[in-house]
Amino acid sequence: MPYNPALVAPMRGEMTNMGARELTSVAEVDAALGDQKGTMLVFINSVCGCAAGNARPALRLALQHGVKPQQVVTVFAGQDLDATARARQYFAEYQPSSPSVALLRDGEVVHFVHRHQIEGRPPQAIAADLTAAFDRHFGVAV
Amino acid sequence: MSGRVFHQDRHELHGITVVLETHSSKVYVGRFDSQDERGVHMHDVGVYDAAAGTSKADFLRRCDKFGIMPQHKDLLVPTAEVSAIERLVDAVR
Repeated sequence: MPYNPALVAPMRGEMTNMGARELTSVAEVDAALGDQKGTMLVFINSVCGCAAGNARPALRLALQHGVKPQQVVTVFAGQDLDATARARQYFAEYQPSSPSVALLRDGEVVHFVHRHQIEGRPPQAIAADLTAAFDRHFGVAV
Repeated sequence: MSGRVFHQDRHELHGITVVLETHSSKVYVGRFDSQDERGVHMHDVGVYDAAAGTSKADFLRRCDKFGIMPQHKDLLVPTAEVSAIERLVDAVR
């Protein structure tokens, strides 16, 4: 059962304030991911303070890096149920967990960060992993 | 909201994905909830069974890369069966 919208509003705001676009319906997910071109980060948001409480600040830090995805979108697990289920269909090879992060290039998942790789870690460490992945997958080939 | 933790009075592993080794052939991988006199309570638990003849290292690497395929939504592992617990990220390092 979804939490009270007032409780999760700050968690949504944290994402939109860093430039992420919220996808709250199946149609919005399909429009964003259905024929995805270029580079994209999909953040599966969560109310879980144990992990998401550090994942969002980590993402904010990572997005200050020189190399970053062209688009950042987010769905909210446990809140926007249909949108989240639809988003997960685009990376069905990976078991659902939240929070989690998928990096896509031209519709292909090139990197995935599971909840267990976020839990109990400080934002700086999570951000360092993310920026390394940005460099590896989104950096300009030389 | 950043950095907020809702469960400050819980076990230090609460909410952490762990590998729970047992005295049997089974290894459980899932989210640690709590520990009490009955045992360890876990959620969304995948199971490795050495009796199947597959590699535990491969199982754990697959869990790390693709996530955990849960066979139990909730699981209680009796204290007497538990031999070791470590974080999944440490187990695959």
